[in-house]
Amino acid sequence: MADAARMSNAGGGMPRLPGIALVRGAIVFGVLLIWQLVALSGWFYGDVVPSLLVVGAAVAKLLGSPDFYWNLWITIDEVIVGLLIGGISGLITGLVMGANKFIANAFEPYLYYLGPTPKIIFFPVMIMWFGVDAGSKIAMGAVSCFFPIALNAAAGMRQIDKVLVRVGRSFRANPWQMTMKIYLPAMRQPIVNGMRLGLGVALIGTLLAETKLSNRGIGFLVIQAYSAFDMPRMYAMLIVLFVLSIGANALVARLAGLTKIKPR
Amino acid sequence: MPSIVATRWPCCRGYDRDAMTSAVSPALRRVAPPLVGLCSLFLLLAVVETLIRAGVINRFIVPLPSEVAASFGRVITQEDILHRFVLTAWECLAAGALLTVFGVAFGVLLHRVRLIRLACETWVAAFASAPLVLAYPLFLVLFGRSAMTIIMLAFVAGLAPVILKTLEGLSATRHVLINVGRSFKLTPAQQFWKIYFPSALPTIFVGIRLGLIFALINVVGVEFLINFGGLGQLINDLAERYDLPGVYAAISFVVLISVLFFMVTERAERWLTPPA
Repeated sequence: MADAARMSNAGGGMPRLPGIALVRGAIVFGVLLIWQLVALSGWFYGDVVPSLLVVGAAVAKLLGSPDFYWNLWITIDEVIVGLLIGGISGLITGLVMGANKFIANAFEPYLYYLGPTPKIIFFPVMIMWFGVDAGSKIAMGAVSCFFPIALNAAAGMRQIDKVLVRVGRSFRANPWQMTMKIYLPAMRQPIVNGMRLGLGVALIGTLLAETKLSNRGIGFLVIQAYSAFDMPRMYAMLIVLFVLSIGANALVARLAGLTKIKPR
Repeated sequence: MPSIVATRWPCCRGYDRDAMTSAVSPALRRVAPPLVGLCSLFLLLAVVETLIRAGVINRFIVPLPSEVAASFGRVITQEDILHRFVLTAWECLAAGALLTVFGVAFGVLLHRVRLIRLACETWVAAFASAPLVLAYPLFLVLFGRSAMTIIMLAFVAGLAPVILKTLEGLSATRHVLINVGRSFKLTPAQQFWKIYFPSALPTIFVGIRLGLIFALINVVGVEFLINFGGLGQLINDLAERYDLPGVYAAISFVVLISVLFFMVTERAERWLTPPA
């Protein structure tokens, strides 16, 4: 996002805001118009592409339903616990690998190459280990977010200014003090970047696990709407879900100050 | 300078420690960490095997690693793994071809038309962070339970990095190259094909590689979720049959394929990237 913002301003000259708003408005209007025309055309089976009014009503109904918030809270709960477990273990692993070159050379390739594998395939194993309840979903979230957080923490540890480390050592700081006073504050940005990536993949891991085998949570609601062929409700769920996940991502970036572009 | 070994221990006179360290240490230093990593992995498997045999870990939850290793052959021969692999690879390639054509084209469009770029670039970045794979029930309704659902979802999931990297590569074209093109009075089409595109190609390939990785993750994931297709479905099938050693072997196989895919594309990226 930060790169995107930087690139946007790198073209030279001030962006023409009214022109941009006009283009954005035209794109949104065009997409909605095409949607509505397709809905009215009857090209698809009934309700596969419902009209905008129906989708809008479904979003309003969803947001007014206590059932939705109960399931949302369960998903948030699973994601937070998964993020905490995966995040803390990933952070510790990253710190150890970043601090010791030998350990990094021995084990980091495994993390590096396992990171981009599809984590959902571990779900049958997670069910066996942690049961069909929340445990397996939390485990999916934790496994998903462990890799980006560990790799970012290790990379961040290596980028720490050597002067800061020498200052810590000259004060005879013990390992705990070095971690809390030097390493972690100096690694804020890579850690937050890792947390952002971790949050996204933990959310996906947890929700996909809920769609596969669960009787609660937002993932379960999505697959329930699919099973009942309640398309307006499914569109409403996906819209709300995308808005929430993009919003959460942007919020973490804003809280960490990652959207501020430093002048070069 | 006399060797410290030779000075301290007369029996070792003539033994040049420095020379030996310089000859052995770099090789040893290079080999030792991966060796330790590999040994640790085997040690972990041995510990798990022992704990299962001792009854500490339930073998109906975690199968013996030796059983998993033995079931590799069975999974490969009996589960038609070659056909499944080809199917998954074909879905990935189809999605890759789609996202290369459309992603690069949209990236070029954003680069050429500044207003569209300013209007849409943040949207594309937001699109990249959206959990698109969760829309798989919607794709099931639109395209049916078929390879098309998997390909389209993989295509959509991998599109954003290709667009953003194409844009980044084209925007980073050095001004001196653009000026050379101008001095030769190149037409806009020539300027694009002879200057911008070759200059941006390494970055575009980084985007395509990211897109392909996203596509592979989504293809295998959706195959598993909708129980259709190649390697992802195999894991689901074996899990439903409660063939635990088979599940672990199939997961290891998929992980191995993903790692190989990642390594090959990484090598190709390094080959394309000009040295700094």
